[in-house]
Amino acid sequence: MTEQNLAEKPSVEVAELPVSFDWSGLWEGIRQSLGVAAAVFSYGLVFGVLARQAGLSMAEALLMSSLVFAGASQITVLGLWAIPLPVLPIILTTLVVNLRHLLMGASLSRWFLQIPGWKRYLSLFFLTDESWALTMSQFNRGKRNGAFLLGSGFTIFAAWLGATGLGRLAGNVLQNPAKWGLDFAFLGIFLALLTGMYKGKTNLLPWLVAAAVALLASWWLPGKWYILLGGLAGSLTGAFSDDH
Amino acid sequence: MTIRPEVLFTILGMALVTYSTRIGGVWLMSRFTLSKRVENWLNQIPGAVLISLVTPLMVTSGIATIFGAGLTILVARRTGNLLGAMVGGVVLVWFLRTFTGLS
Repeated sequence: MTEQNLAEKPSVEVAELPVSFDWSGLWEGIRQSLGVAAAVFSYGLVFGVLARQAGLSMAEALLMSSLVFAGASQITVLGLWAIPLPVLPIILTTLVVNLRHLLMGASLSRWFLQIPGWKRYLSLFFLTDESWALTMSQFNRGKRNGAFLLGSGFTIFAAWLGATGLGRLAGNVLQNPAKWGLDFAFLGIFLALLTGMYKGKTNLLPWLVAAAVALLASWWLPGKWYILLGGLAGSLTGAFSDDH
Repeated sequence: MTIRPEVLFTILGMALVTYSTRIGGVWLMSRFTLSKRVENWLNQIPGAVLISLVTPLMVTSGIATIFGAGLTILVARRTGNLLGAMVGGVVLVWFLRTFTGLS
């Protein structure tokens, strides 16, 4: 196509350039994700140690990390893990925490809808905050290889699973967690995550509403429903107050 | 290496809903367009959920934990290092409990 043709057809957007799916993309995804995988590894260690504290066996922790493979939701549900297991609150909380994937998937859709069925749905299993961010920057630079997400996501998956096992193993060494301040680890990692999420005024009102609703619900309702109720109340407040 | 049935069931449920969120975005976009409002809502969810998790815990915890929380937030703000921030908090909580008798 000559430049003349391009100029005559402004409707042909870059987004409509063909998307490939091959080994070179896979390899590029792996190569560019090694740094991020190191960070995921340290986060996975935290999950492993906390899983031990929450009472998950090694096999259960590994199963969760390989099938669910979503760090924030996995750590969050450990906060409500108890006997008897609150199955429904755990599954609903997982859903709510992971709803953000919808947004990331939506942003990838104009390219991934061009990739044939099983390749698309296999790659999307490996969609995480990190693999999504790397894939987006790659695609925005014009390098459109769908296998990049697969390579990136798989690298992160390997780090996450390995770290889960190692952290769960290390958890065995620590007998009385409270004595070592380790009961604070849950709260600590949540607070650190929140600090990173705080973007100023847009968060203030939603977070105050979430805190208030969660507190009231924790006093008046049984179980762990306060997490879901506070989360919904706060995020809906955000949706209706954040107009720009 | 044991997997309890109720844990297996719970993990399978978690896996199912999580995978639906991963493929759901592409699926929805092949049919609808997301409004700005829905997008804002999805963006606000993770923070609101974490706040709801943390607040009741903070209210019922002791002085040592409050100090630990302060240090964690400070380190996270300054360095952006999640693990370092958490470990700092853990060490402070351990120190206060061991040497000052605070709970």
